[in-house]
Amino acid sequence: MSQSTMPLTPLERLSGWALAGFAALTAIFLIAPILAILPLGFSDGEFLVYPIRHFSMKWMEAFFASEKWAVAVKNSFFIGALSAAIATVLGTMAAVGLARHDFFGKKLITGLVLSPLVVPIVIYAVGLYFFFAPLGLTQTYTGIVLAHAALGSPFVVVTVGASLAGFDHNLMRAAASLGAPPMLAFRRVMLPLVLPGVVTGALFAFAASFDEVVTVLFLAAPDQRTIPREMFSGLRESLSPIIAAASIVMMATAIVLLIAVELLKRRAERMRNEA
Amino acid sequence: MTDVTAAERDLVRAHARAERGRRWTAFFLVAPLFVFLIFTFLVPIGDMLRRSFMDGDVASVWPQTVAVTRAWDGSGEAPAALWPALAADIKASAASDTVAVAARRLNYAIDGGRTLVMKAARRLAKIETPPNGDWRAVFADLDETWVAPKTAAAIRRASGPVTDFYLLAALDLRKTDAGAIVTTPEKDRIYRTVLWRTFSVSGMVTLFALLIGYPYAYLMTRSSKRVAGVMTVFVLLPFWTSLLVRTAAWIVLLQEHGILNDLLMRIGLIDHPLRLIFNRVGVVVAMTHVLLPFMVLPLAAVMKGIRPETVRAARSLGATPMTAFRRIYFPQTLPGVAAGALLVFISAIGYYITPALVGGADDQMLSWFIAFFVNDTINWGLAAALGVVLLACTTVLSVVYAKIATGRRFA
Repeated sequence: MSQSTMPLTPLERLSGWALAGFAALTAIFLIAPILAILPLGFSDGEFLVYPIRHFSMKWMEAFFASEKWAVAVKNSFFIGALSAAIATVLGTMAAVGLARHDFFGKKLITGLVLSPLVVPIVIYAVGLYFFFAPLGLTQTYTGIVLAHAALGSPFVVVTVGASLAGFDHNLMRAAASLGAPPMLAFRRVMLPLVLPGVVTGALFAFAASFDEVVTVLFLAAPDQRTIPREMFSGLRESLSPIIAAASIVMMATAIVLLIAVELLKRRAERMRNEA
Repeated sequence: MTDVTAAERDLVRAHARAERGRRWTAFFLVAPLFVFLIFTFLVPIGDMLRRSFMDGDVASVWPQTVAVTRAWDGSGEAPAALWPALAADIKASAASDTVAVAARRLNYAIDGGRTLVMKAARRLAKIETPPNGDWRAVFADLDETWVAPKTAAAIRRASGPVTDFYLLAALDLRKTDAGAIVTTPEKDRIYRTVLWRTFSVSGMVTLFALLIGYPYAYLMTRSSKRVAGVMTVFVLLPFWTSLLVRTAAWIVLLQEHGILNDLLMRIGLIDHPLRLIFNRVGVVVAMTHVLLPFMVLPLAAVMKGIRPETVRAARSLGATPMTAFRRIYFPQTLPGVAAGALLVFISAIGYYITPALVGGADDQMLSWFIAFFVNDTINWGLAAALGVVLLACTTVLSVVYAKIATGRRFA
């Protein structure tokens, strides 16, 4: 650590402390709300408010015993996994294609491929609602999975694209010159090197689906509702602590995803340093 | 290049062929996602936006009327053929239960249009042939409004196949009977207010996120590895946490008997609970929280690349800390500021869930009105027109963002 040799004036020291204090307040602002809701999952009260008089497992049990929430958990993971799988396959192929070669309309295609990231979700959900209705795809899993796959695919394109940025394409030439067919060269040479990017993209795509509620709001039949969809209804109708119980499940999933992505990031960095 | 041998020429050709082959491979790799997105993304959005200028409602249920009005130039008296056509169409559509479609559309074009049409549908069912064969007299007898010149003109304007009615309405504009575009009277203006509100809420959220995120990102990049790691977790954890969880969390914190009001009352700062949620305060606070990571992460990425020596050099040359920051450090962070601010603003103008859950009736933004017109009032044309406005704003800002982002990569 190289430090400035200049002595700090009292004013500078004060502003340094002020900055640290401000950052601490910001950290509280970022994390406190999330921490505040979780304990309410163990409340024995009837509403989503403090103080908690007695801790109890009543609402956690209610959450897991309720058919409505059990179906929502199953739907969330099912739709998330399936849409992430579609997004990962299509997104990885596209990222490999976009990585190196220039072809007609590449800029336009890149723009289209990334556009689900910025188009306001309500416009997309309403569009699907109109477009899917005559095709019989509203109120079906197929409809929701297709929508979520479209929304998740840009994450895969971006993360795989980023991991390909450091890829030496001569490796593929070398493999080809040694007689490897393209698919084999991809599987044995490129895929291991970009795998952290592919898995990270898949996790992002899963998270995007897992958290998505607006298209579900427009497309899902009552038995196709996901956890966020049930939370949305719950927050509008009755502010019961079961929302906090659902939040605990959502948080646990988020933390697992966060840790997985961070580990993959480290692994990718290590691989880059070794290369 | 003058003395190229045949062998060299062959090599060049082979290379070009291989290059072409690779291009095709690249194209075929991209094609599946491209085609997938065309059908699951582009076409549905196009299909929605199309409704902002398509106007087939009246034409679909009143074909004879529309045949007459489309042939008429709209000036002077309505053609005599209009009245028997209108009577036949109203009777037929009432019999097949589709008259409400035309009634709804004409309600936008004529004051009290729905009542007018529905009443006519009930009365006309009882009339086989009009006295003296004069349908116009029958309509005049039903309601004087029917035979007023502006009614026929309004039906003509609603005859389609395209209309500028919805797009104009989305900007609080309308066409007069003479065809001039005028602003809606002040008391009926809605959407300019909504648009302004969408921008002002998003602007406030962006500003707060910048004011909070800038010092945080700065400290994050200047701290020891361990502190920086902890600070990063504090940004990433909310980033990965479901939007619904975070919105629910703010309800817990800000509601009337929530944690914040309790705390403020306990330390004696207030003696009755403040109204912090289901109003603008709640929307701005919750949205700032949700979008803050989108500000901090690009800012930190740019700040990481700034060499601290530049500031130290300025200081050693006699610049005060303030001057060194203002003239040396801050300008270098501008790409990060622009990227973060645009990212937050673009996301904010499309927000729906958070304002819907923590805002009041006067805090709803464009997205809420789009959903409202689709679900509740079934005014799809207006929903689509508001979608056009929202998407136009998003597209312009995204293009600016892309310019900044690629500019940085090549700089």
